[in-house]
Amino acid sequence: MEFKRKPVTDIGIDETLKRFDEDKIKRAIDWVLNREASARLKVFVETCMRCGMCTTSCHHYLSHDQDPTYAPAGKVKQTIWDILNKKGNVTKEDIKKYARIVFSECNLCRRCVQFCPFGIDIAYLLSVVRRICCLIGAVPQYIQDQALSHMQTTNMLWFRQDEWLDTVQWLEDELKAEIKDAKIPVGKKNAEVLYLAHGLEAKYMTGLLTNMAKIMNVAKIDWTVPDTDGWDYTNKAFYACDFETMGKIVKTHYEVAFRLNVKKIVMGECGHAFRTGIYEGVRYLGWKESPIPYIHGVHFFYELLKEGRIKIAKKIEEPVTIQDPCNIVRYRGMGKMLRYIVSQLCENIIEMTPKDDHNYCCSAGGGMIDAGPAWKSARIEGGKIKAEQIKDTGAKIVIAPCHTCHKGIEDLNEYYKMGVHVKFLTDIIADLMEIPEEMKP
Amino acid sequence: MEQFFKDPSIYTFVRGPLLWLAFLVFFLGIFYRIATTLREAKKEKIVYPYLSLRYTLRSLFRWLIPYGSISMRRHPWFTAITFLFHICLIAVSLFLVAHVELWYESWEIRWWTLPVSLADGMTLIVIFCIILLILRRLFQSDIRFLTSSSDYLVLTLVALPFITGFFAHHELVLEYKTMLTIHMLSGEIMLMAIPFTKLSHMFMFFLTRAHTGSEFGAVRHSRDF
Repeated sequence: MEFKRKPVTDIGIDETLKRFDEDKIKRAIDWVLNREASARLKVFVETCMRCGMCTTSCHHYLSHDQDPTYAPAGKVKQTIWDILNKKGNVTKEDIKKYARIVFSECNLCRRCVQFCPFGIDIAYLLSVVRRICCLIGAVPQYIQDQALSHMQTTNMLWFRQDEWLDTVQWLEDELKAEIKDAKIPVGKKNAEVLYLAHGLEAKYMTGLLTNMAKIMNVAKIDWTVPDTDGWDYTNKAFYACDFETMGKIVKTHYEVAFRLNVKKIVMGECGHAFRTGIYEGVRYLGWKESPIPYIHGVHFFYELLKEGRIKIAKKIEEPVTIQDPCNIVRYRGMGKMLRYIVSQLCENIIEMTPKDDHNYCCSAGGGMIDAGPAWKSARIEGGKIKAEQIKDTGAKIVIAPCHTCHKGIEDLNEYYKMGVHVKFLTDIIADLMEIPEEMKP
Repeated sequence: MEQFFKDPSIYTFVRGPLLWLAFLVFFLGIFYRIATTLREAKKEKIVYPYLSLRYTLRSLFRWLIPYGSISMRRHPWFTAITFLFHICLIAVSLFLVAHVELWYESWEIRWWTLPVSLADGMTLIVIFCIILLILRRLFQSDIRFLTSSSDYLVLTLVALPFITGFFAHHELVLEYKTMLTIHMLSGEIMLMAIPFTKLSHMFMFFLTRAHTGSEFGAVRHSRDF
C-alpha cells in the first residue's frame, strides 16, 4: 500500500522546511525522544502487536474506502515508527509527510484507544510527532498564526483588550432591548461565576455571547467576565503540542479567576479548551486537578435545568440528533448530562449509532479545522462517515455543543447535502426559555 | 544436524543447565523490563498520580473476558481465535501431563493435569490458530501494511514448541528422543525471548491497561472498552 495524496501547499510547513536543514530536524527529534517522551512512548511502540483491532474504529479509515494508510496503527507506522527506525535521521520530505498525517489525517479523538486490546494511546504517539513538528516549526500556517496570537494577546484572533471591553459594552446595550436592565458585569470581584468566551464570540459570533448573557441574567447568576486579556478560553497552541504556550494560556485564565476571587470558571460550548482548562493545562502547570472548579457549558446548563433556575417554555418538535464532542464526552464523560439537557429541550431525539463515548469524531477536531482552508478537503473527506451517520438518523437538527463540531458538521452539511441545521445549546436555550414578566422591557 | 540432537549429552544439557538458564532469563528478564518501565514512568508526570485500582481492575476485567469490550464485539471471529489461542497455549504449557511429570521428576511437586487427548486437541488448536494469524497477516490489507518480518518470527517462535511437541508425542518425522530435544530447545528459546521481543505483551498488557484504564476512568470519565 502506498501513501498517495493530492499535493497541498501550506506555507507554514513548506516555507519553514526551506529554512531548516536535516541537522536541526535531528536535534528537534532527539530533544523530544530523549528529553520529553519516556516510558509511554517506549512501551506503546514495543507492545503494539500489529493486530489491526484499531483499524475500523477510525473515521478517516472508514471514510477513505478502507485505505490502510489511514488506519490508526498505519498512521503510527508511517510517522513515529519511521522516525524510530531511521533513528531520527529523516529528510525534509519525511517531515512534510509526517506533518500531513498528524495534522490533517488524525483528529486525536482517541476512539482507536478504546479499540486497542492493550490500551495503547495512539493519539499520544501521533501527538509526539506533532510536538516534533512544533519544535521544527513545521505546523499548518493557520494554527501557527492563532498560536502566535495567543502568545501575544491570550486570544486566538489578535483582539485587543479595548476591543473586548468595547464589544461587551455594546452587547450589553443590545441585550437591554430583550431583558430589562440586562447586565454583563466586567471585572466584578467576588462573583460566583467567571464566564470565559470563545474568541469568535467576541468578533463574528457575538449572538452566542449575547445569548449566554441572556441566560445568565434570566437565571440570576452572580457572574462576571474578565476586564483584562484572558477572556478567550480557546487554546489553539495545544493543537500544535506547543505546551509552553498552552500552559501560559491556562495559567492566565486561573490568574484572572484568582484576582477576581470568583468561585468557579464557566466556559461556553467548546471542546479542546475545556480539556486544556480542566486537565491538560492544569497538569502541565503542576496541579493534579483544577484549583477551582472549571465548568463546561453543558455542565452549567445541566445544573441550571436540574435546579430549576431556568424554565423551558416550549420544546422543539422536529427530530434532533446529538453530536458527542470527543473533548467533553470521550474525554470527560459528559454524555449523560448532555442527553438530559436535550431531553428537556426536544420532543423527538434520534440517537446516532454509535453514540455517547463511542461516537465518531466530527472530523474537524484536534486542530484540523484550525489548520485552515488548505486542509479543508481533508476534513470533509474524513467526515464522510459522520455525514452518513447523521443522514441515517433522519434528524433535521444536529445539536453540537462544541464550536469545532458545530462548524465541522456545518461544512459536512453543505458538501454532503445532509439538509440539517447545526445548533448550539446556548442558542436553543436562550430561544426556548421562559422570560419572567418583570424582566421583559 | 539430526546426529547432533541425537547426542545424549545434548539432551542432558537441554534438560538441565539450559532449562535453568531459560527460566532465569525468563523471570529476571520480566522483572528487569517491568522495573525499568516503572522507573521510567516516574519521569512522566501524568502516570502515577492518576493510577486508580478500581479503573485498572475494570479495564483488565473488560479485556480479559471474551467479548467484554466493544472492540471484541466488533471483531467476533478474531476474538474467538485469540482467546482460544491464548487459553490453549497457557493451559497446555502448564498442565500437560508430560510437563508436570518433569516438575515431579526434579522437585517432587505435582499439580492438576489435562487429559492427554484434550491436551493433544488443544495443541492442534494452537497450531491452527497460528496458521490463521499468519494468513490474516498475509491477506488482510490493513494488517499486511503493518506487518514486518519480526512479526512472523515471533509467531514462528511460538509455533515451534507446539509443532515439535506434537510430533514428539506422536513420534512423527524424527525419532522420539531427538524430537523431544528439539522441542525442549525451542520451548527454552521461546521462554528467553518473551521478555525481550513483542512477546513481552504477556506482562506489558497489565501495565498499559493500568495506565489507560485509569486515564479513561479517573480522568476522562469514560470507557476504554
